[in-house]
Formats: sequence, structure tokens, C-alpha cells
Amino acid sequence: MTVNRRTFMGTSAAAAAALAAPMVKAAGHGRPKVIVVGGGAGGATAARYIAKDSKGEIDVTLIEPTRTYYTCFFSNLYLGGFKTIDDIGHGYGTLAAGGVNVVHDWAIGVDRDAKTVSLAGGASLPYDKLILSPGIDFVDGSVPGWDLSAQNAMPHAYKAGSQSELLKAQLMAMPEGGTFAMVAPPNPYRCPPGPYERVSMVAHFLKQNNPTAKILIADPKAKFSKQGLFEEGWQNHYAGMITWIGPDFGGENVSVDPAAMTLNIDGEVNKVDVCNVIPAMKAGRIAELAGVTDGNWAPVNAADMSTKADPDIYVLGDASQQGDMPKSGFSANSQAKVCANAVRGALTGSKVFPAKFSNTCWSLIAPNDGVKVGATYEATPEKIAKVDGFISQTGESAEVRKATYEESEGWYTGITTDMLG
Amino acid sequence: MADRAAHNRRTVALAAVFWMCAAPSFAQSGDIEAGRDVFQRCSGCHQVGQGARNGIGPHLNGLFGRAAAGLEDFRYSKSFQRAGAGGLEWHAETLDVFLENPRAMTSGTRMSFPGVKDETDRANLIAYLRTFSDNPANIPEADPTARARDHDLDPAILALVGDPEYGEYLSGECTTCHQAAGGDDGIPSIVLWPEEDFVVALHAYKNKQRAHPVMQMIAGRLSDEEIAALAAYFGNLEE
Ligand SMILES: Cc1cc2nc3c(=O)[nH]c(=O)nc-3n(C[C@H](O)[C@H](O)[C@H](O)COP(=O)(O)OP(=O)(O)OC[C@H]3O[C@@H](n4cnc5c(N)ncnc54)[C@H](O)[C@@H]3O)c2cc1C
Repeated sequence: MTVNRRTFMGTSAAAAAALAAPMVKAAGHGRPKVIVVGGGAGGATAARYIAKDSKGEIDVTLIEPTRTYYTCFFSNLYLGGFKTIDDIGHGYGTLAAGGVNVVHDWAIGVDRDAKTVSLAGGASLPYDKLILSPGIDFVDGSVPGWDLSAQNAMPHAYKAGSQSELLKAQLMAMPEGGTFAMVAPPNPYRCPPGPYERVSMVAHFLKQNNPTAKILIADPKAKFSKQGLFEEGWQNHYAGMITWIGPDFGGENVSVDPAAMTLNIDGEVNKVDVCNVIPAMKAGRIAELAGVTDGNWAPVNAADMSTKADPDIYVLGDASQQGDMPKSGFSANSQAKVCANAVRGALTGSKVFPAKFSNTCWSLIAPNDGVKVGATYEATPEKIAKVDGFISQTGESAEVRKATYEESEGWYTGITTDMLG
Repeated sequence: MADRAAHNRRTVALAAVFWMCAAPSFAQSGDIEAGRDVFQRCSGCHQVGQGARNGIGPHLNGLFGRAAAGLEDFRYSKSFQRAGAGGLEWHAETLDVFLENPRAMTSGTRMSFPGVKDETDRANLIAYLRTFSDNPANIPEADPTARARDHDLDPAILALVGDPEYGEYLSGECTTCHQAAGGDDGIPSIVLWPEEDFVVALHAYKNKQRAHPVMQMIAGRLSDEEIAALAAYFGNLEE
């Protein structure tokens, strides 16, 4: 207690200032240029923060093919009937008005020597810094019998929008007493509690509309996120409806036949009415095309999210391999802000502050029965490392669970505003 | 407010004296659950919560920050109307005085109730009642629910001058949930709080005196300087 706090504060401020990276002079063209590929949780946040904080000093272009971003977060609540599809769709108008040049196109290639991004529409755009936040694509062949051409018969609904609507339509059309099957993905994948929140929301819908229906989950993982909380909730709200088949009982040995609507679990053929196949995942393809992936994901430096492969290319969110953070919208948004601060510092000489990350994932089990898990993280030389965390407890009171759900609603408004303005 | 400002000045002046011994130690603010029990003494006449209506006494939703005799559809005693016109507002401190001995504050009140003599019971009751007031109901440290003696934070911590630029960077961690424009649905607004309230609240989470797990975790690793920086940033945002 005898340390002089003011002196200490002075030192830490100086330390922060000393982290400011040397300024990159943009060669040959006026304002430095940042291109962001992917207008989701990571990309939209990064674009917005760089444009906002640089106050016009940096030229920010966002490449995103869709006009409306449907959030995967709360897409399960849409399945359960708690949200409409319009509730989870967001446009890019406010972002554009905030100074981001929004280009609705696909990025199809990156020339790292020329420092240009080529677009499906034919344009080629130069960058000083390139930020990729393309989310996920699926690993070919991870569920035998399934490929993208089968996604209408057996939707993944793991990219939100038309896939979510399709899965909901199939759920509503299920015959009385029918079976809803899910093939759960192997680690690592986006939103660890996502499949199990989905099961909860489907169960809620069926309990109201088709109470003799059954849910069957084939899972390659021996345990899953918030398992104790979900199992308690399923017992409380949906007793007898849900069967979970883990790897001990062949849950990792599955194949599907989309034409016959069958799911084969360890040799046993199940005729099902809806089959939600969530395949294994990898970084969005553009990361691979840019040559910054190693295996399925793009390894990054924890301090600023720059890739190990190229200091001028950054990868955010689900596509990155960063260490301990789960692949979530909250994580992507958190990483984007660290990255935005570092990129701005590198391009304009503004102050760069130390990286700090956090995540909280809320899940809804039944009406007003919300649970959450969260942690804080820091940058180490090796990875983003977990510092501290918490998880909701089993047996919590109804009031606590209700407050947790209401909080998730607040978070949803908060994060979508933070991403898109 | 005047009281609180004076209190701040006092703590700053005393900072040097308490430098060595002022480990943070809070007087706990009231216990909401216990307050629910205390409220049973009031519920014969007053309703509170969803659908509460005026009865023998006025309903108590949205009480905090309301002027005395402030409901249009309740017929208050002359005594209360005078007090309201004279500027009496319901804050934690005024309620505390009133509840201790109602007739001492408004001699002509129709509320025939001897008062809640026990200080802890009163604190609990007030904590319970403020859960039915709009924002900042869930922020006990913010006016009008604040009580100057709710905290006993090291004056040196309160005296720290935060760096708003650092605060702006750190605020990114807050705005994932708390809307920067001050919206408030499910998660309270934190913009334009008086800096001291902000500092006190975050330290209460950091020291695990306030109960929210996400906030305990986030505040838990913020340094004193970082909390001051955040307070400086959020306290001075333009509307
Ligand atoms: C069912 C479900 C529930 C979830 N629930 C939660 C939750 O409650 N909380 C939470 O925090 N997270 C949740 N998530 C996870 C969250 O949605 C993702 O982690 C998050 O969206 C990742 O952000 P991102 O920026 O990496 O990718 P995305 O948000 O997927 O954004 C990627 C964007 O890039 C675009 N894109 C891809 N390739 C290209 C290209 N070549 N050119 C241009 N644009 C391209 C895509 O169109 C897309 O808009 C959930 C996910 C699912 C599936």
C-alpha cells in the first residue's frame, strides 16, 4: 500500500504509449487502406471501430456478399418461436453511413505480393492491411452421405438465414410423434453450446405442438458445453423426449442417406423426419485461398490477431486459431476490437493498448430458463490464454434464470449495435 | 447530492491520513430477499411489483427519484403535498429517514405506521423497493438510489484521475453488452454515470460485494487505473 499510485499510473500509461507501433507510410496512395472481408461478428465490428476511431484517417472497405446479416446467435430462439426471422436480420446501412465503404461482393482471391483482394464481380482492390473474418465452411466428407447438395434435405442451419427458415419449416411439418435427429459436430466448431441450445428450442417447440415427437442426437464428443445444465433442463422441461448418443454408443460412427431420410448410427438405421446435420468445420475458404491457414484454421498472434503467415493479414473470429477462446460471436467481437486498435496504431501511429479479451455465451433452455458461461482472456506469446471464468449453476432459482435470459436479450441488442452501429 | 459532494470532498481531504489503513471495506447495501420479508409490514396498504395499484397507500413502483406526493391519481395528505412541493424526493437517504419515523418527517401523514426502527431492516427494505424502480434500479450506487455511506472505498482509489483515451479503448469490452448510446433493455445503461459512482460500483464487483458473475469476472482483472479510465470515459460521453 505504500507504493505511490500516481507514479504507478504514470508508468503504466507510459508503458502503454511505448507499445505504439511505428507508423506505416502508405506507399503511393493517399489514406492508408484497410480491407475487411466478411461482415459478421468479427468483420463488421473491426470495420466499424477502425472507421469510427480513425475519424477518416483510414479508408475502410468491407466486402460482404449478403445485404442482410442474419445472426446465428438467437437463430435457435427463432426455431423455438421466441424471435422472428426479421428480429435476427440486420442491414449494413448504418455502417455505411458511419464511413465504411460497404461492397456487396465475394472476395475470391488474395495476392499477398501485390497486396490486392480480387472480387467475384471482377474488381481488384489494394490494401495496406487485410482483415479476414469469413466465419466457417464445412469439412468435405465429415458426415458420410452428406454434402452441400444435400443441405435442403438435411439442413445444417449453422449459417443463419434461409437455412434457419428451412429447418423451422421442416420442424413445423413433422408428423405427429415423428423424430427430429441431429448430427452434432466434432470439436472445434462455432458456438460450443449451440447444438444443445438448438435441441432445447426444438424440444420447446415440439412440447407445444407435437408432444409425442422425439429428438435423437448422435454426437462424436464424449462431453459437451454446459452439459450438466442442459441435462438438468431437459429432465425438468422435456423428460423422455431427448435421446443423446455419445461416442460410447457409436455416436461418432454415423452416415446419412438424404434421399431415404435415414440416419445410420453405428450400423443401426433410423428413419427420421428431420435430420439436422452439423458437419465438421474449418475456416471460411478465403482464409485458405489467402494462404494463411495451417490445417483447418488460421493461426494468429494473440497480441493483435495478425496471422503467423503474414503480418499484414489478420484473421478474426471462427476462422482463427488463437488458443483458448471458444468460437462465438462475443469472442469475434472482442477480438475485432483488439485488432482494430492495433491496425489503427500501425497505420496512423495512434496509441496501441494491451490486448484484453472476454466472452460470455448465454443459452436458453426453456422460456425464462437462461444459463450462461463466460471467461476473460489475455494475450501470451503462445496464444490467447484463459484468465478467469464462471458458469451458471445447476439448481439455480427461477428468478436467477429469468434474469439471465433477460440479460441475453440486452446482450443481443448490445452486440448487434456494437457491430453494425 | 449536496451531501454526497461534501462527502467526496471530505474523503479527498482525509486521503493522506487514511493512506496506510484504508483497505477497501464496504458497508453492504441491503439484502433484497430479506427486504421482501420486511415489506410484509407494508403490504397491507401498499402494493409493489407487476400490476401494483394504489390502495390505502400509493403503489411503490418507480418510487426512487419520484417527488413526494408525485402520483397524479393518488390523494395524498396535505402534509405530503407540501413536502413534495417543497422539493422532497424519494432517494435511499430520504426513505431511510422517513421510514425510521414517518411522522417525524411529515407530521400529518395518513400513514399510521410506527416506522422500521432497525437500521438493517430499513436497508433491506430499501434494497427491495428499489428493485421496482426503473433504471437505475439495478445500480445501487447511482443516484437516486445511492447512499453516501454505501461504500468505504480507499480514498486514494477515488482520487485517481482516469485517462479517457485508455477508457475509450477499454470500453470496447463493455459495449458488447452495455449499449454505447445508453439504451437499457435487460442490461443496464452505464453512460453518463457520475465518475465516482462508476468507480464505486466496479470496485464492488471487483471485491465480489456485488453479485453478478459476469461483472465480477470483468471487473476482477481491471486495475484501479483502468477503472478510473473507464469512469472518465463513460462519465463524459456526449449524448
Ligand atoms: C446456432 C448458433 C447459435 C449461436 N449462438 C451464439 C450465441 O448465443 N452467442 C455467441 O456469441 N455466438 C453464438 N454463435 C456463434 C457466432 O454466430 C459465430 O461465432 C460468429 O458469427 C463468428 O463471427 P465471424 O465474424 O467469425 O463469422 P460470421 O459472423 O459468420 O461472419 C462471416 C461473414 O463473412 C462473409 N463471408 C464469408 N466468406 C466471404 C468471402 N469470401 N467474401 C466476402 N464475405 C465472405 C459471410 O457472408 C458472413 O457474413 C452461434 C452460432 C450458431 C450457429
